[in-house]
Formats: sequence, C-alpha cells, structure tokens
Amino acid sequence: MAAADDPAAATRGRTAVAAYILRRVMGAVLLLLVVSAVTFAIFFLVPRLGGQTADQLATQYVGKDANPESVAAIKKNLGLDQPVYEQYWNFLKGLVVGADYTFGPDATHCGAPCFGYSFKSHIEVWPQLEQRIPVSFSLAVGAAVIWLVTGVTTGVISALRKGRPIDRVSMFIALAGVSLPIFFTGQILLALFVYEIPVWDSIDYVPFTENPAEWAWHLMLPWVSLAFLFSALYARLTRAGMLETMSEDYIRTARAKGLTETTVVAKHGLRSALTPIVTIFGMDFGTLVGTAVLTETVFSLQGIGAYSVQAIKDNDLPIVMGVTLVAAFFIVLCNLIVDLVYAAIDPRVRYS
Amino acid sequence: MSDDKTVSEPDTSGSTLTKDTTADGDVLLKVTGLQKHFPIRKGLLQRQTGAVRAVDGIDFEVRKGETLGVVGESGCGKSTMGRLITRLLEPTGGTVEFEGKDITHLGTSDLRPMRRDVQMIFQDPYSSLNPRHTIGTIVSAPFRLQGVQPEGGVKKEVQRLLSVVGLNPEHYNRYPHEFSGGQRQRIGIARALALNPKLVVADEPVSALDVSIQAQVVNLLDDLQDELGLTYVIIAHDLSVVRHVSDRIAVMYLGKIVELADRDKLYKSPMHPYSKALLSAVPIPDPKRRGVKSERILLKGDVPSPIAPPSGCRFHTRCWKATEICKTTEPPLVELRAGQRVACHHPENFEDQQPQDTTLLSSAKEVAADNGAAAPVEK
Amino acid sequence: MSKLDKAALGEPDTTAPSAPDDAFLSVRDLRIHFDTDDGLVKSVDGVSFDVRKGKTLGIVGESGSGKSVTSLGVMGLHRSARAKVTGEVWLDGQELIAADPDEVRRLRGRKMAMIFQDPLSAMHPYYTVGQQIVEAYRVHHDVSKKAARQRAVEMLDRVGIPEPAKRVDGYPHEFSGGMRQRAMIAMALVNNPELLIADEPTTALDVTVQAQILDLIRDLQKEFGSAVIMITHDLGVVAEMADDLLVMYGGRCVERGPAEDVFSEPRHPYTWGLLGSMPRLDREETDRLIPIKGAPPSLINLPSGCAFNPRCPYADIPKDNVTRTVRPELTEVGGSHWAACHMTQEQRERIWTEEIAPKL
Repeated sequence: MAAADDPAAATRGRTAVAAYILRRVMGAVLLLLVVSAVTFAIFFLVPRLGGQTADQLATQYVGKDANPESVAAIKKNLGLDQPVYEQYWNFLKGLVVGADYTFGPDATHCGAPCFGYSFKSHIEVWPQLEQRIPVSFSLAVGAAVIWLVTGVTTGVISALRKGRPIDRVSMFIALAGVSLPIFFTGQILLALFVYEIPVWDSIDYVPFTENPAEWAWHLMLPWVSLAFLFSALYARLTRAGMLETMSEDYIRTARAKGLTETTVVAKHGLRSALTPIVTIFGMDFGTLVGTAVLTETVFSLQGIGAYSVQAIKDNDLPIVMGVTLVAAFFIVLCNLIVDLVYAAIDPRVRYS
Repeated sequence: MSDDKTVSEPDTSGSTLTKDTTADGDVLLKVTGLQKHFPIRKGLLQRQTGAVRAVDGIDFEVRKGETLGVVGESGCGKSTMGRLITRLLEPTGGTVEFEGKDITHLGTSDLRPMRRDVQMIFQDPYSSLNPRHTIGTIVSAPFRLQGVQPEGGVKKEVQRLLSVVGLNPEHYNRYPHEFSGGQRQRIGIARALALNPKLVVADEPVSALDVSIQAQVVNLLDDLQDELGLTYVIIAHDLSVVRHVSDRIAVMYLGKIVELADRDKLYKSPMHPYSKALLSAVPIPDPKRRGVKSERILLKGDVPSPIAPPSGCRFHTRCWKATEICKTTEPPLVELRAGQRVACHHPENFEDQQPQDTTLLSSAKEVAADNGAAAPVEK
Repeated sequence: MSKLDKAALGEPDTTAPSAPDDAFLSVRDLRIHFDTDDGLVKSVDGVSFDVRKGKTLGIVGESGSGKSVTSLGVMGLHRSARAKVTGEVWLDGQELIAADPDEVRRLRGRKMAMIFQDPLSAMHPYYTVGQQIVEAYRVHHDVSKKAARQRAVEMLDRVGIPEPAKRVDGYPHEFSGGMRQRAMIAMALVNNPELLIADEPTTALDVTVQAQILDLIRDLQKEFGSAVIMITHDLGVVAEMADDLLVMYGGRCVERGPAEDVFSEPRHPYTWGLLGSMPRLDREETDRLIPIKGAPPSLINLPSGCAFNPRCPYADIPKDNVTRTVRPELTEVGGSHWAACHMTQEQRERIWTEEIAPKL
C-alpha cells in the first residue's frame, strides 16, 4: 500500500529491513564461531589440564595394541601435536570441507561437516549425529505444537476468567505441571498406556518420511509428557502477559471504538501478549533439541541428548563436542528466527 | 495576553529593577557555550551517523539567592541542561563554572565536594525514592555518601529536615508508599536540603502533582529560599508556575536560549517571537476572555528535530516574522534592554535589528495568515 | 466563538437536571462502585448532568475525583464483574445502563466516541494509524477496506496531518505527540459521533501543541455540532472550552453550573481552593498561592459528612459539627448554578467577595 503512495519510502523501508536481517544473520554466524572456539578451547584444554599428554590422547584411539609407533602415527594423523590454533583451524576446515585421515595403511575421508572420530568406536561422529538429530527434532517439534496450543489457550482462558473456578483449576494443574519432573510423568504414562493398558505396544521412532501417521502415533507419549511440563509454564506466562495487556490503554481504546470483545481479545490483546511468548518459545525450542535427555532416556529414544549422556560417561570428547555444537547451532538458529519474527510482529524494533 | 496593556511602560519597570545590573561578583554558576550532543549510531558497525544536539551552545549565569526559571517545550533541551549543570551528565563542549571553579570535566571523586553544594529535585516523586528504604534512610543518604556527621546526630538532623519541609518528624521510619505524591515530593526536597546546598536544580518539581498540591510545594520552595538563602534553577514547562517562582527566566528552543530576561519584562513584553507565542498559548482560567482569539498565536506543526536543526535562527521555520536573514544567520543572544537578552533579528516590542530585510519567507506568510492580523502588523 | 458564547448565555438555561428532554446526553444519579480486596471503592457516587448538542461540559477534579470513571461509565466501559454501575445514562433518548451490552457496544465509537490522554499508550503499537482508523470505521460501516482507507486519509487530512496519504501507513511511534493526538481525534471522529468525550486530551502535550489541539476540537465541534465532554484538571483549558462546568471531589459533584458563573462566583470552598492554587498569567503576580491543605481523600475511606471537610478552612462555620456528620446535597445557588455546601448562601457570598476573590 505504501509503495503506491511513496515508492521511495517503501524502498527505504525495504533496505532497512534487509539491513536488519543481514545484521542478525551475520551476528548469528559470528556467535556460532565464538561458540565453536570456546567449545574447542574447553575440549582441548580439559584433558590437558587433567594432565594428559598428546601421546595419551592418541593412545585412546589406538586401544589395546598400542605401541609407540602406532601412537605416534595417530598423533600425527590427528594433528594432536600441533599448537591449539592450528588444531582449531583444521577442525573448522573439517567442518566446512571435510578432512582426510590415515589410520595405518588406509586413508579415510571424513566428509563435511567433519566432527572427527569417536574415541571409543573409532567411527565418524557426524553420521551418528545425523541419525539422531531427526529423533530429537521430531520430539521437540511435536511437543512444541502441543504445548503451544494447550498452554496458550489455557493461559488466555485463565486470564479472561481471572479468579473464576476455571482459572483456579487451570492454574493448579499448571503448578503441578511445572513442579512434576519429566521422569515422573513419563514413567506414569509409560506404566499406564504401555504396560497396564497397552494402547501402545512400544515407543519407537518411525521416521516421518517413512510414515507420518506412525511417526506421530509412536511419539505421542513422549510428546505429551514433555509438553505437559512446558504447557504448564506457557499457560502461566500467557496468563500473566494477557492480564497485563488487557489492562493497557489501547485495549480500552479498542473497546471504546465499539469492537466486539472477541476482536478486542484476539486482535488487540493476544497479539501483544504473545510477543514475549515468541521469544521464550524460540529459546526453549532451540535448547530442547539438544537437551531432551530425560524424555529420550525414559522412552528409550535414540536422540542426541541420550547420545551425549553416553558420550560423557565414556569420556568420548569428540562426540560431546559434536553434540554441543549441534545443540548450539539449533539455539542460535532459533534465536535468529525469533529476532526476525519479533521484528515482523513489533514494528518498533525494526529499525533500531 | 496581558502584554498589550503594559507594553507602553517598559522603561519605568526597567529602571526600578536593578537586580540584574549587579556585577559578576555574586555569580554562583556560570555556563559558557554549553553543549551536549548525544551520538546516534547506525548500520552494521554502529558507526556514528549524527547527533541529537540536545543542548547546543548556551550561555547564562545564576546569581546567588535568585531563582532562574527555564521554560521550553519537550525536546528543547531544558532537562539535559539541568543534568549538565549538576554534572549528572558530562558536557560535550563549553564550560560550567561553579563558584568560579571549572567543573566541566571533573571526575567522580573530584566532583564530590561540589555535589554537597548542588542538589537536584526530580519530577516524579514515585520513582525517585527507593521503595525499600525508610524515609529516614533516604533523607540521611547524603550524610553517608559525603561522610558528614551532623551536629546532634543523623536522626535528629533528619527529623529537623522533615519538619522543615512540613512533614511529621515522627514518620522517620515509614516507607515512601505510605505517603501521597505531594508528601513524597517534600521528602525529595528534604533529601536535597540535607547538606545545606547552595544551588538546587529542580526539574519539573510540581508537574506530576495535583493542582491543589502543586501550590503547597511551590509555596514550600518559596519559603525555603527565604529561610535558607537558596539559589534555584527551576526547569518547568508550565509558564504560570515558572512566572510565580522565578526572578529571571530563560526560554529555550531546540537546544538554544532564545530569550533570557527578568520575569516581568518577559511576561509583559516578550521580545522573542517564540516567547510571545509560548505565552499566548497558555489557557487563561477566565471564560470571559475566551473568544478573544486574536491574542493567541497558533504555531504550525511541531518542533523540528534536534538532529538536524534549521539553519540560521532555529525558529525561522515556524516564525511569522522570518525573513531571508533568519534563514542564513544565527542571531546572537544580546541584551537589547536592561535585563532582557534576546536572540532575534526582528524582535517583538522593540526596534527591528535587521530593518533592511523585509521580505517575509513563505512559511512566515502562512503562519501570519493563519493568525489573522495578529502578528505581521508590527514591523 | 465569542458570538456563540454570548448567544448561549442569552438563551434560557436548560442544563438543570430536570430537563433531559432536549439534552443529548443526560446522566442521572450515576454510581460506579468497585469491589476491591481493600473494600468497596465508590469511585462515582451519585452524579447527574446534561450535555446538549453543540455544547461543551467541562468536568474538573483532581486524581481520584471520579472524573475519568464517570466518562468511562457513560461509554459503558465498566463491564467487569467487580464494577457495579447504577443510575441512568440517557443518550439521545435511549437509556444505556440497563440496555443490552451489545446494543451499547454498537453505539460506542459511532454515536459516542472518546479521546484519551496519552495517545502513545492509547493506540496499539503494532498496527499502523491507518489500520486503526479503518478498523474503527468498518466496525460500524459495511464498506470495503479500500473505501475505509480513503475515509481514514480524509480524516487525517481533516485533523491537519500533513501528507495524510503517506502518514496513514505510519505507526503511532513514528508520530510526534501532537500528531498522534490528532490521529487519535481522527479515529474518534471517523464515524461522526454526536457525543465526544475528551479525557485530558492535552495533558501530555506542550502548550503550543495544546493550543492547536484545543483549537481543532473547537472547530470540529462547530462543524459537526456534537456535544463534548472535556475532562481535565486544568482550569485554564476548561475556561477556554466549556459552556458548563462540573467540579468533582471524592466521587461526587460539589459544584455545577454555567462556566462563567462558576468562575466568577464560585460557591464551593473546593472550587475556591482550586482557583487559589493556580498561578495565573492574567493577573498581577501574587506573592503566595493559596493552596488547599492536605491531599485528596482515599475513595475507600471517604471522610464522613462533607468529603472535603478535613481540608476545608471553613468546616467549622456551620453549626453542630454538621460538616462532619451530614453529607451536603447540591442546592441551587443561582440560575442553574448548584453547589453542595453546608454554609449558607450569605456566608459563602461574603467569604468569596471579602476573603477569596481579592487574593486571586
């Protein structure tokens, strides 16, 4: 509309928006670099602070038949004797273009993104992660949809019926939801619907691409138990946000214009009340992809959360680092999306 | 406005008011070329692309025992000016001298002695008091900060201060929320008076208060000045209040002082067209005067942005007397009449400073046309 | 303007509460009580007034006097479970308090509209000014978005916003304070309301902008002949705008009458106090203001008797402590000029002419 009246202003607006997006994307890339550097530094330093030498680290790859020659070879191949910045550079290069390693006589190519090799199984880290990311992602996506719908709806109803029985009941359930740990609700659900009344015979991961219905059906229980916790949290947040928004002056103005209460709530109230929810949702979702450890463990799902726990137990640094970076990637990505969505919702942040 | 009936006798009033002719000897605060520019940063690298020229070169002095009123519309820089002279902000340019000492760029520790002598009262009595502290703690804070042990003990002194500002000394242990807005403003005043300051800078001290309470606080400020010999700088947007409290008044527009005059001179015969417009806009609480519309000068539009202020005289875009020279040359603030300094090429109530320049700008013609015969008749 | 006022003065006065027939808005014994955790708050406790088409009623009072609550009550905006609204509000012959809420909603924004104090918080930050005006228009008119937008541009132009076709797509935060208030007025007037309520419309603005906005409201009123209620704490604004005046204190009307009478012969000590509290540019400089002692009362714990009695310097003049025990009713003190005070007419006249007026 603006374009018709004033093309110059519209162009200015568009370049401002483009500049905003570009700034945010560059910020996100920079942030990922910093995270990778810090992570690398930690994982480089932790074993050395623990007194391990490059030789000892190399020994972990060789295993039982370690002899000085093989250890030296590994050390050289993995670059464990190089200074830290060089190792980091090689690591970054590996992430982008892949890397070649020679173990004994065979040269192997570790394709991009190369996170190196597991200490323990000697297999590449990335294919392992690649298998597990969809599981964790599916878990997070389904749970997110459920908790957003139930949490926001409950919150809005509670706010509009503040002090009435429905508000009190929902807020009590929400309090329970926030207080009950996932391994408790998860176990209860498992006990009820798998062991007691076998609605589900087992909880498996069926890839979405294979059969979407099966995918959803089999993930239902983990989704519900994970969503219960979050929807309780979101119900409380939405209620608080909605109560605050509905007492704003512009809501009074909307009513004074003669709008119906439904329009006032949906168009004027909810839109403002949901803005902070978007921010929190982005962070929660991003974090959840890499950290739904408890849910994955309770329901025996092969996600990256459960994988990282095993890796930590085994002191398998390359895997831990891989998981950390993947998790960081999702968090940064989600925050980037939140920033962009936020700018779309609230015109005031666009040009700041 | 009331100026038309008094404009014929400015000379007599000028000669009776001799206060302003006294030498610089009793100047408490002197400000020269004061500037504050807030940088604006933009783009990927957050480079500075411009500046908000909040205060852009002002000169004035405050004399011992007087009240200098500062008026102007929002965005004219009056609050920034208040923060500069109390050194809550550091000036970008110019100097601030307090009792002859240059305090323009002093650091926190060097400022400490001066902080005893210069105190500030803020607009909002709700947010300027810490809700978790008792009144006793709030009012005695200056003693702790300055390491001063008043005679007879802190508590006694605080109670004395509370009674000075008209509060019950027994309320020493109460919290701010137990007080009304007017009482809170009294607490703020008590705190400001704790260290026996020489200069009190009050930024909109009564504008958040109810009408009936405003008068109480205005009277209190008056009484304290008489009793304690205080010097005030009172920043306010309410021209009636400013007239009531001030001896001299500075009118600010877009970071500049456009007129600095003794109270009666300013209110009876303002010389700067902006001062005149400002005064004429104040609604008069007398329904009988309604409809005498020709007295009012309606300015068009809004104050221009302080990021890119107009060239020459900053008021020329809205002035009904503006000519070419107003656009090109900035008029200096000069004392046209004793006790009345004005920065204008074509002042009101005085002979034209640039009589050769008579062609009005087109914007000026518009304003003049809007206001009927109000303005342009007097050349 | 002045001619109109003179004409208004010459006319037989019709603002007395007994003549709702020709009043466009007629409020009778309006009471708005809120049930709060701290107790029953009687924000408005029995207020009556009339406003005719083309006339302006000024409502003056301090914070907590009930002036804003009254106006929201007229608009039917106290629908919460905790608000109890009683009395009668007659708008153009239709009673609103007992009416179906949806019926009142349809009148809101169309027959009666409101302008609020702070246009920055009163407009939705996420929608453009145009979208908000379009919304106000389309809720009462079955027109296309395009037509409504055209109407919005027209209205912005009418209220003096330069380049309306461009500004219509701006957001409220991109407008200056004065321009925002103009946009707010455009939004309120988009449906040609016959009653306009302005709640402190210029309090957040600078004087020069205030003068512009008051001028605009006056012009628009002349053009559309609407009835206007102007709520403010500023006696200067009221004196400039109002034909009639209602002074509120503690949720009740303490004085009411033609503006000129109330200003020239106020008959309530609270009104005297307000007049004495404000420094005036139209008078010679006085040494001291005459403030009202104390602070406005809490509505939960209103003083018994006359609510003003703890602050009134004349509370002891009426006999038998009556000011502290009996609530004074409004009595007529002159042609349709009413005041609620226990002092006799003569006492008040004497105090005003001898003690108060000379000091103002």
